[in-house]
Amino acid sequence: MKKIFSRPRSLKKAVFHYCPGCGHSIIHRITCEVIDELGIQDRAIGVPPPGCSVFAYYYFDVDMVESAHGRGAAVATGIKRAHPESVVFTYQGDGDLAAIGTAETLHAANRGENITAIFINNAVYGMTGGQMAPTTLLGMKTTTSPFGREDKYEGHPIKMSEILAQVNGACYIERTAVNSPANIRKTQKAITRAFRNQIEGLGYSLVEILSPCPTNWKMSPVEAWQWIDDVMSKEFPLGLIKDTTGRGDAH
Amino acid sequence: MLIKTVFAGFGGQGVMSMGLNLAQAAMMEGRYVTYLPAYGAEVRGGTANCTVSVSDEEIASPVASSPAFVVALNQPSMIKFQNKIQSGGIFFLNSSLIKEPLLRGDIEIVQVPANAAAEDMGSVKSANMIMLGAFIKKSNLVNLQTLIDALAVALKGNKKLIAINKNALTAGYELV
Amino acid sequence: MTGNAAIAEAAIRAGCRCYFGYPITPQNELTEYMAAHLSRREGCAFIQAESEISAVNMVYGASVAGARAMTSSSSPGISLKQEGISYLAACQLPSVIVNMSRGGPGLGSISASQSDYFQSTRGGGHGDYRTIVLAPASVQELADLTRRAFELADKYLIPVIILGDGMLGQMMEPVEFKHEAPSALPVRAGALRGAKGRHSRFVRTFTSNPAELEEVNWSLFRRYQLIQKQEASCENYLTEDAALVVTAFGIAARIAKGAIKQARALGLRVGMFRPVTLWPFPSEQLKELSKRAKYFLDFEMNMGQMIDDVRLALEGGGDVSFYGRPGGVIPNPTEVLRVITRVYHQKGLNQ
Ligand SMILES: Cc1ncc(C[n+]2csc(CCOP(=O)(O)OP(=O)(O)O)c2C)c(N)n1
Ligand code: SF4
Repeated sequence: MKKIFSRPRSLKKAVFHYCPGCGHSIIHRITCEVIDELGIQDRAIGVPPPGCSVFAYYYFDVDMVESAHGRGAAVATGIKRAHPESVVFTYQGDGDLAAIGTAETLHAANRGENITAIFINNAVYGMTGGQMAPTTLLGMKTTTSPFGREDKYEGHPIKMSEILAQVNGACYIERTAVNSPANIRKTQKAITRAFRNQIEGLGYSLVEILSPCPTNWKMSPVEAWQWIDDVMSKEFPLGLIKDTTGRGDAH
Repeated sequence: MLIKTVFAGFGGQGVMSMGLNLAQAAMMEGRYVTYLPAYGAEVRGGTANCTVSVSDEEIASPVASSPAFVVALNQPSMIKFQNKIQSGGIFFLNSSLIKEPLLRGDIEIVQVPANAAAEDMGSVKSANMIMLGAFIKKSNLVNLQTLIDALAVALKGNKKLIAINKNALTAGYELV
Repeated sequence: MTGNAAIAEAAIRAGCRCYFGYPITPQNELTEYMAAHLSRREGCAFIQAESEISAVNMVYGASVAGARAMTSSSSPGISLKQEGISYLAACQLPSVIVNMSRGGPGLGSISASQSDYFQSTRGGGHGDYRTIVLAPASVQELADLTRRAFELADKYLIPVIILGDGMLGQMMEPVEFKHEAPSALPVRAGALRGAKGRHSRFVRTFTSNPAELEEVNWSLFRRYQLIQKQEASCENYLTEDAALVVTAFGIAARIAKGAIKQARALGLRVGMFRPVTLWPFPSEQLKELSKRAKYFLDFEMNMGQMIDDVRLALEGGGDVSFYGRPGGVIPNPTEVLRVITRVYHQKGLNQ
């Protein structure tokens, strides 16, 4: 019988610890598929963050180094500069990339560091129990915005991708989601491009992925998928935000 | 014998290179030497100074709280260091720019019209080397020839500059 | 050569090819030297980072990839690096961190001070870890100990701190480099460079299994014990017949030495014990010395930090006086001599 679905080689044989319906599981898998497809398992070095994905190194069968909260872009910079043949990617949550690690991220992008960032936007702090994230939507209730986020008090949801698009060193930025088979395929394509750019030495690439966190959104996985379509992607529109690679194969 | 010298003046007058040249020459003569520039906030406001310590044995502190020699290229430096110089020490003053009289009687004063002499030689920029030449004659800290040899190191072999500075050193040496 | 440049040159000659820093006085010459020598060069990395936090994390990345990496700063910047140093210690990544310390707390001043002794020798960041701390007292020693720092870091897989001060960094003294820069160093075993021809591996600090963390800490502790046993080093100066021993490190030791020379000229039997490694503190050596000498005078440019280690080493066995200056103003040897003379007479050592 022909095998049509199997575990990617760069995904370890382990059971995910993520909640049912969590976007992290899907994103891990498709990232591993991309790594296999590009044949970079033996060159890839991943930098997972503190956050729900802190144990990503139990799943990715590539070299991995945990970074301190928010410092992924700096750690990746150090690896890439010390060992340019490697293919380095950070895997970061919204608290990690858009709050505590804003400076590291912005400046790595501005230097045009030749690295790939996979940015998981789930609009909350997952690991610490559902606190407000910089990307939390207005009106959204979290454990630290119990009255619902209000701009006057808690500020606006921050659009890191649009901000990073202003930075010259960033060559490719796209926002995708993992809430439908079609969107998952698009995400996988975007991740592929982000890695390709690095392999070709084009500079900083980032894929922002709207990712369901049913647990902290207090929704069923199906509702969470729907909510990304109905609400979240209105604030964070999907699509290509920046591409200066001149490749023109955007989908 | 441990001897500490402070060179002080406006930024741009070349006091740091005076100190560096002396330190380099002393090192070439096999002495212990430290060079300490005033740094950071201290160098704001347009004045600069550095301290060179020369000794036949290990030097404890590179700081000079009461230097034996002070070379002042401008008026503010004279005011700043007039009370620090040790009794019996020598105060070298750039008399082209320092007109105020000094109130201490327990130190020797050497007046060097460095700017005027430098202008005679074609460029006021040489005033520092004229001062340094005069300083070396009176203080006897290192040989004039070593100082000239040291120039080659600081000026990285730039023949034209070496010649100009050598002339200024020699002129200063003969001025006092 | 300035002390700052001497560190930079010595680091390059020790095979350091990756430097990451952020400007702060009084150590900028070090960063600038590295910029001149490591940027735009094949196989080298120089980055002026956006913060000290970023810089130390770049060191973390370069070290995990197997490179000899270094960062430098001065006190306020070193506070920011503590997070990264804790991670370096946890992941057992060799690295060198230079602190040309300045006066604190807060922004303090840029002049020389020794107020970071506790921060350097007690771990500094969170967690039960230590770093090796080297305390040079001359420009030559800055160069020699920089090389040593890289060797120790690699030998024990540990971050090493060079604790200097603004004055050492700024001053110039003759310096001799005894080694040429290697063309390329072998990549450290255990480095992450992609899982080519081997299984993938990971470097991490977080674990949800307390027993696992305990084991990590046990193994760190065992290594720290080994370092304490093998690497504690000190200088004894005129201590053979000394009735009074001055304990001091770094720039303060240098000033004390001048004072001791003057004291000897006055016929006072005074010597000096100078720890070269602040951690591990040379406790055994000091304890040994206390069999001969009873009276100690601890001199520091802070209000009493290393004195804790002096007392611990003596285990109540010696008589320890203290002379501290809060840093900022550099005392001259004559001032220290005055204190030496006073203590010498108070303790009746002139009899
Ligand atoms: C310096 C520091 N502060 C706080 C934390 C605690 N912490 C761990 S993960 C995290 C945020 C996680 O949120 P996010 O980055 O959005 O990732 P997610 O868990 O949602 O995937 C925080 C605040 C930490 N590890 N380090
Ligand atoms: S808390 Fe949210 S982000 Fe974290 S594992 Fe669960 S669903 Fe995923």
